[in-house]
Amino acid sequence: MTRRDTLERLFPSGWQDDAEFDNGFAGTGMCSGESIRYIGVENATEVGVDQALAMARLVLDTVKQHAQRAILFLLDTQGQRLRKRDELLGLNGYMAHLAKCVELARARNHPILSLVYGEAVSGGYLATGMMADACYALSDAQIQVMNLPSMARITRIPLEHLEQLSEHSPVFSPGVANYAQMGHLQEIWDGELAARLAHALSRMREAVPADQRMALGQQRGGRCVAYEVAQRVEHGA
Amino acid sequence: MEQLQFQVPSRAQSQRRDAVLVGVVGSGNCEVLLEATTADAMCVATIHTAAHGFADIWRRVIEDFAIRRNAGGLRVEINDVGATPAVVTLRLYQAIEAWESGDA
Amino acid sequence: MRKGYYEASARDRIRGVIDPGSWREFIPPSERITSPHLPLLDQPVAFDDGIVVGAGRLGGKDVLIAAQEGRFLGGAVGEVHGAKLVGLIERAVKTRPSAVVLLLDSGGVRLHEANAGLIAVSEIMRAILRARVQGVKFVGVIGGSCGCFGGMGLVARCCDVLLMSEEGRLGMSGPEVIETVRGVEEFDSRDRALVWRVTGGKHRYLIGEVDMLVDDDVAQFRAAIARALEAPAEFSLEGLEREHDMLARRWSRFADANDARDIWAGLGIPDVTRMALMSTEEFTRASENVRERP
Repeated sequence: MTRRDTLERLFPSGWQDDAEFDNGFAGTGMCSGESIRYIGVENATEVGVDQALAMARLVLDTVKQHAQRAILFLLDTQGQRLRKRDELLGLNGYMAHLAKCVELARARNHPILSLVYGEAVSGGYLATGMMADACYALSDAQIQVMNLPSMARITRIPLEHLEQLSEHSPVFSPGVANYAQMGHLQEIWDGELAARLAHALSRMREAVPADQRMALGQQRGGRCVAYEVAQRVEHGA
Repeated sequence: MEQLQFQVPSRAQSQRRDAVLVGVVGSGNCEVLLEATTADAMCVATIHTAAHGFADIWRRVIEDFAIRRNAGGLRVEINDVGATPAVVTLRLYQAIEAWESGDA
Repeated sequence: MRKGYYEASARDRIRGVIDPGSWREFIPPSERITSPHLPLLDQPVAFDDGIVVGAGRLGGKDVLIAAQEGRFLGGAVGEVHGAKLVGLIERAVKTRPSAVVLLLDSGGVRLHEANAGLIAVSEIMRAILRARVQGVKFVGVIGGSCGCFGGMGLVARCCDVLLMSEEGRLGMSGPEVIETVRGVEEFDSRDRALVWRVTGGKHRYLIGEVDMLVDDDVAQFRAAIARALEAPAEFSLEGLEREHDMLARRWSRFADANDARDIWAGLGIPDVTRMALMSTEEFTRASENVRERP
């Protein structure tokens, strides 16, 4: 789905772009009478230093100008930008800076949500959508670290073996359903996106956000050991 | 992966202590975990190896270790990624020396 | 006696930096909490899943500490590995140590458990930042053979203080990945000097990505971590604005840079080649007035 279609469906009562950067956009949408700050990337862009910096600026400005306004990340990215120049400048530092800005917003009571409406891959997703209090994806979206043929080549495990295992295991193969089963995605969205968003927001205004994804992954049977291991280290003698 | 198990006689190890781990699970290397058991005169070894078909060599390495060192009452468990017999022997000796010296 | 940090194992590093007799490991190897996913792929497991986590004292101060084992699957983060780190961070929120010390040595997400690894890295980032908001201090340490890449490159930069040796490497995408996707003319991953110029400790220190440059010696790392425990911890809008200014300045000045040499010269270093050959101590002194910092 395109950025415009996504915004139309999320905000039928109105939205307005007010910032642009390379393959990125930001604006304000209305949801149940509440203004939402949306910040997004499009065209399956690779997120580089300039885009991470632009998004960090937008988050900081939201914190300064609009107390407690919800922030929604809208994502269509094929990952981090794979260029020597971006590495030279410290792309990881720019990405981490963006993540820190999101955390600051969270600490100041801005609900943080994210929606993958296109693709989301590794580094382009970590500092944005994966930092949200609640992560969502459209049913026809794609989330992955790496496709199976590349994974087979690098791990030297036969592709047929990986394909066969991925029918039963959500652990390594691409797909939003896998990320839901592992507890990362709160829900997979389709149909009435505005209603979904309104519901998500109202739920977040009720409770203090904490990262519940391990517990959710265990409940849904997609990540069976993480929760218990973390609990044992946290509370063990 | 292939799993092997050996139980060989050995002189009793007098030190009692918490488990010891040496080595790492990397190419051409292995990790060795030593733990106390109640079978004083036996060394029990379990090996998980990525290199198939070397059971005889593993048996000889473990038997040699059990003859030369006081490995009775010890359980040896190894995760291996194709370590040579010399490397495995080195790791076994490191492990038992750490056990006997009281180092972590 | 000098003992290299680069070549040391995760356990040797912990032994080398923690006060003798103070170490206590959580979920030690004898518990055999190994990856449930690797056996399905017929891959070997490690008894600690490639990460050691525990509590100890450093210079008499209580710390929680984690060390990644770079030689096990490149120190990459899988489900158990990641969960041990998240649990350690959450523990710090309750027990309030002087700092959480992270001895990082990782290529990033473990492909064999890719989704679990990616989610785990995001959980580590969120846990660190949440703990920082609550006043827990994090000291990141980079100097191992795998460097610190992928999601762990972000984790490193989420710490309050970051220490690195010249030999350490820090980045997001490894040179091999960039070369595979974009070709050798974009990034020749076999040009070791180039790789070190782009990702190595000296460059990262000069541009303000790293706070202390440390000699490749376990004892020196210990001393540097002890100093880092004294550094102030801050997580504030003002601090982030300062960091933002530094990053914006870097982007505006060096968006066209093609090599670290361009950036070093741009920062006002008269003899880039000589500077590259200096010892850590000389380099730290010589860069005092040109080094970027937030």
